[in-house]
Amino acid sequence: MDPHVQVRQLNVYYGKNQALKDINLEIPKRQITVIMGPSGCGKTTFLKSLNRFLELTDDTRHTGEVLIDGEDIYASGMDVTEIRKKAGLLAQHPYPLPMSIYDNVAYGLRIHGMASRGRKLDEKVKHYLMEAGLWEEVKDRLHAPATGLSIGQQQRLCLARGLAIEPELLLGDEPTSALDPISAQHIEERLMALKQEYTIVLVTHILRQARRLADYVVFMYLGEVVEFGPAHEVFEHPQQERTRAYLAGQF
Amino acid sequence: MKKSHIEESIFKALMYFSLVLVAGSLGFIMLTVLIKGLPALNLAMLTQTPKGGFYLGKEGGILNAIVGSLYLATGATLLALVFSLPLALFLGTYARRWRWADYVRLSLDVLWGVPSIVYGAFGFTIMLALGMRASLLGGIIVLALLEIPIMTRAMDEVIRMMPFEIEGASFALGSTRLETAIKVVTRQMLPGIVTAILLAFGRAIGDAASVLFVAGYTDRMPTSLFRPVASLPLAVFFQLGTPFPEVQRRAYAAALVLTVIILAVSLGSRWISGRLGKYTIK
Repeated sequence: MDPHVQVRQLNVYYGKNQALKDINLEIPKRQITVIMGPSGCGKTTFLKSLNRFLELTDDTRHTGEVLIDGEDIYASGMDVTEIRKKAGLLAQHPYPLPMSIYDNVAYGLRIHGMASRGRKLDEKVKHYLMEAGLWEEVKDRLHAPATGLSIGQQQRLCLARGLAIEPELLLGDEPTSALDPISAQHIEERLMALKQEYTIVLVTHILRQARRLADYVVFMYLGEVVEFGPAHEVFEHPQQERTRAYLAGQF
Repeated sequence: MKKSHIEESIFKALMYFSLVLVAGSLGFIMLTVLIKGLPALNLAMLTQTPKGGFYLGKEGGILNAIVGSLYLATGATLLALVFSLPLALFLGTYARRWRWADYVRLSLDVLWGVPSIVYGAFGFTIMLALGMRASLLGGIIVLALLEIPIMTRAMDEVIRMMPFEIEGASFALGSTRLETAIKVVTRQMLPGIVTAILLAFGRAIGDAASVLFVAGYTDRMPTSLFRPVASLPLAVFFQLGTPFPEVQRRAYAAALVLTVIILAVSLGSRWISGRLGKYTIK
């Protein structure tokens, strides 16, 4: 296994509450690692620790290290915008930026100076809309407001927007939970295709989705990693009693 | 009848009463101004400056005051915007967790409530200390001071209504706070910004007390930032204060012009804000 992200001794506190306890994990490159567990187990907090989103919330502290490509993203002197550029984020509910479909994708390209105008920008926007499987549906209304899209299309737009900054990781925080089944299937198909190029970390509480997508599985409970391993092993032969109980639907 | 039905009816009646009160007041004001002002309103009123003996009922118009008021209110609104937008963005983005932010809001709210004559007197004191005379510039500065709290708080409320996820989406793409504030928050706020500007403009153009000392009054057209300037509220005030009925009617005509300007600005900004709201995330 070739680890892309290494988490060492990570503890996260919200005020006096400890949300993550002593997390040690190695997330493999170009695989889908699914994080599952009952709500409140720290899944989302863990995801937020990978793109330094924790610090956007009041009163959070952490100890330990998160290494991406061997570099501690919390080390002093690290540029937070560079770290976030390494990770595309799919939130639970899609929030397009208040601009057109085209500009949503172009936004990241522009702020990072990857393409600012003209043919080059047009090409890139088209490329990432295709990657996200949205191009055919929006090619005739690129300059229409992003809010005019259906919620499933908006989530694919958010995917295109995230891919456009050329990240190495894709973080998904229950990205299909607000979507209808067909839109959810679209997203799942894209994720399966995208794992050729990206390391994907996906939080979900849908067990069947985890079974469909996961190469590796992390099972979390009450802020701790209970079990981590290749998907088939965790699903077929869970080592821990709590994992067995969760898989059997007892939480 | 059930208790819940009685409650329902009482509240419905209260709501209708409030509606009638508000709409009625507006209608009554418009009607008064129209009835009293319209007969005195003619082309000369709008296109001429006061001629000799204007305040005795002789010929001339209030063009000096119309242009003066537009200069004052537009200048003050632009000046206030230069300070209010950055301040509101600061309060809503950078200072989100800054513990003094609420004190800043409190002081702005207090300033909002300060009577405009106090702004006028304050401006007058400063002006005397600096050895300045009443001028268009003085009027613009004092009106801008009057506008800043209104504009900032109105924008601040708009930013606070914005879902954090929109900012979060921008941060997740690796943008800085500044890029997020300028390119995303401002875009999302545009309709709210226009409303805030309108609110402040309306207050400034209609205010007489604050410009009384600092902008003065003149029968001439405004030509320089450093000369006194006429304004519509003061035109109303001075003409209404004469003992001649025909001059008093012209005060109502001036009030009508002022009302029409505010109405036009309101409708215009509503239209603009509707257009700008096209991309807003609801």
